[in-house]
Amino acid sequence: MFENLSDRLQRVFTQLGRKGKLTEKDVDEALREVRMALLEADVNFKVVRSFVARLRGRTVGSEVLDSLSPSQQVIKIVHEELTALLGEPSRLAASSSPPTVILLVGLQGAGKTTTAAKLALHLRKQGQQPLLVAADPYRPAAIKQLQLLGSQLSIPVFTQDGVKPPDLAANAIRQARSNGQSPVIVDTAGRLHIDEELMTELEEIKKKAPPTEILLVADAMSGQDAVSAAGEFQRRVGITGLILTKMDGDARGGAALSVKEVTGVPIKFVGVSERPEGLEPFYPDRLASRILGMGDVLSLIEKAQETFDETKAQELQKKMRSNTFNLEDFLDQMRQIRKMGPLNQIMEMIPGLNRLTSGAGQPSVDESDLKRIEAIILSMTPNERQRPEIIGGSRRRRIARGSGTSTSEVNQLLNQFKQAQQMMKMMAGGKMPKNIAGLFH
Amino acid sequence: MFGRFFRRDAKVDEGVKKTRSSFFGRISGLLGRTEITGELWDDLEELLISADVGVDITEEILGSLRVRHESGEFKSGEDLKLGLQEELIDLLKLEEHEAPPLLANGLTVVLVIGVNGVGKTTSIAKLGKYWSGQGRKIILAAGDTFRAAGAEQLEVWAERLKLPCVGSQQGADPSAIVFDAISAAKARGYDLVIADTAGRLHTKVNLMDELRKIRRVIDRHEVPSRSLMVLDGTTGQNGIMQASAFAEAAGLDGIIVSKLDGTAKGGMVFSIVADLGAPVRFIGTGETADDIAEFDPETFVGALFDTD
Repeated sequence: MFENLSDRLQRVFTQLGRKGKLTEKDVDEALREVRMALLEADVNFKVVRSFVARLRGRTVGSEVLDSLSPSQQVIKIVHEELTALLGEPSRLAASSSPPTVILLVGLQGAGKTTTAAKLALHLRKQGQQPLLVAADPYRPAAIKQLQLLGSQLSIPVFTQDGVKPPDLAANAIRQARSNGQSPVIVDTAGRLHIDEELMTELEEIKKKAPPTEILLVADAMSGQDAVSAAGEFQRRVGITGLILTKMDGDARGGAALSVKEVTGVPIKFVGVSERPEGLEPFYPDRLASRILGMGDVLSLIEKAQETFDETKAQELQKKMRSNTFNLEDFLDQMRQIRKMGPLNQIMEMIPGLNRLTSGAGQPSVDESDLKRIEAIILSMTPNERQRPEIIGGSRRRRIARGSGTSTSEVNQLLNQFKQAQQMMKMMAGGKMPKNIAGLFH
Repeated sequence: MFGRFFRRDAKVDEGVKKTRSSFFGRISGLLGRTEITGELWDDLEELLISADVGVDITEEILGSLRVRHESGEFKSGEDLKLGLQEELIDLLKLEEHEAPPLLANGLTVVLVIGVNGVGKTTSIAKLGKYWSGQGRKIILAAGDTFRAAGAEQLEVWAERLKLPCVGSQQGADPSAIVFDAISAAKARGYDLVIADTAGRLHTKVNLMDELRKIRRVIDRHEVPSRSLMVLDGTTGQNGIMQASAFAEAAGLDGIIVSKLDGTAKGGMVFSIVADLGAPVRFIGTGETADDIAEFDPETFVGALFDTD
């Protein structure tokens, strides 16, 4: 069901390609696959309909029909259009008359309280002096939750027993103004968009504590109905930005597109991980790839970060920056990758690499490859591992004998390593390498 | 939406206005008409997809209905609607052996699991009240030792419901808490332990391992244990990945679909039940301890077509 879009499109075009020249009807076939992929990604039904209709205009031109690789062209177009739709990332507004007030709203369980703490930490790191406001008097221990978070982060939390949220928020702003605290981040209770009482309360909060920003906190795994809630919040109090949470899961995140379309407001942040540091800027092209099921290198990095030893990761970073990454480190990384989990899963996350797993059902890099690489490196002297450039012909032959492999396999490893070094250099320089698959060939 | 069917007290406030898109009104109108048109099939597809039923099942069902229609089975839109409801209900029905009674006769441990924010703790409050009402002697285990005030949240509920609760500090080992709760239950003659756990994304290997460990530790007590997954009714297709992963890590003896008092329909359960054979046991319809109902396929499917 969650078959990769590029695989599906390839299949469609391979079947069609046998007929000779592609026609508009053939492109419609492809667009059907795109439509399915988007629906499976939880993009809203109506949004998909209008998006695919728009796509048709672009895809029935010669750009696709005359192309040597029409599936690649379609993907390129779809990705571009999706990225454009998701919009540019945008900053938080600041109030011309401090304090800046940020109101967090959303359905139950979206992650407002955790996000409030993350936002506060993020802004404090930027030199501001945030004040958190616990304006959820309903949910058991909600106030306690925010207080604990505040105390863990040394960020003040404003609470007032028995005061209703609209007045409470107003009082918090008054305090912030006199103490020079800004921004004031107001955490509210999760509420249904059809709960008249609570939606009215929200309007009251807005009236008594006019916010600079009203951010809708939305769960990345939301389904088709996400637009109903978003639309209603927009209608009742107006939304100025979106924060997508739980993006470290494997939800495709199509609801993000729908909510953006329906509210017309920018996605300002994404939440990844429950930790207070887990707030990141929004990258439209990454989300577009994710929605299309095209692999998410970011997830791979995050997964890697979770299993990698923290100190080793820092050492690796240092080595990458100073270009001292050697075969010892390579061996180390291989072992770490092994710890990350079945290679299949990792491969599926890397665009381009995932194609290698789908056809044969077997990854072309497997455990025996890793064992072989390990044996080769272990047959090297420490000096050779640290300075692989000294490994000439006679050394290669010795290493091959010692590891029970052939000189061509040793050569292959050294080439792979050189490519890895180059990839490290590019990553350290901030560029993502285009062809990670090349690493394994 | 579901609240209207299941709320026992008169919470249907005049002021609680449920916004419903005119779409559903149209569907109801169309289905009542005699003609079965191409537009009707499109509208049915939209109804199902919008309910989060998912592309695969939608195509399967509509395909099956088309075949039946071609053989002359449906004379009107109303017939078609009934046919559709039939197919949907069928997907939700499980064999006896697939859905045995959730609780054993004697001491049972119910482990409540799920991703972050789905409503595990609130659901436990509801289950606590519900099963107390059936005569069970319950002890709660505040096994969310990760989230700030996670244990406190359950303790507030325990206080309100007058149920004993085993809790601990943030950062404590959840397995130990659950183990202790079971020991206490045995010592005091309780017959049900309901254990809360921290929300966890099913993609986090180490957190799913922790869940496996909790189940292993429970097994040391040699008491029947059940895993109940709480699934947020507003979740999209990811619900299926969640159910699958949690089933693999901790077993899946039942699902509670929460937050069905909103406008989401919880349609991903069709895939989950059909593909995983995991029974839906309860639905949650609000934030109070009364907002729970036993799952009934007919009522659930009826609500898909509800136009208020």
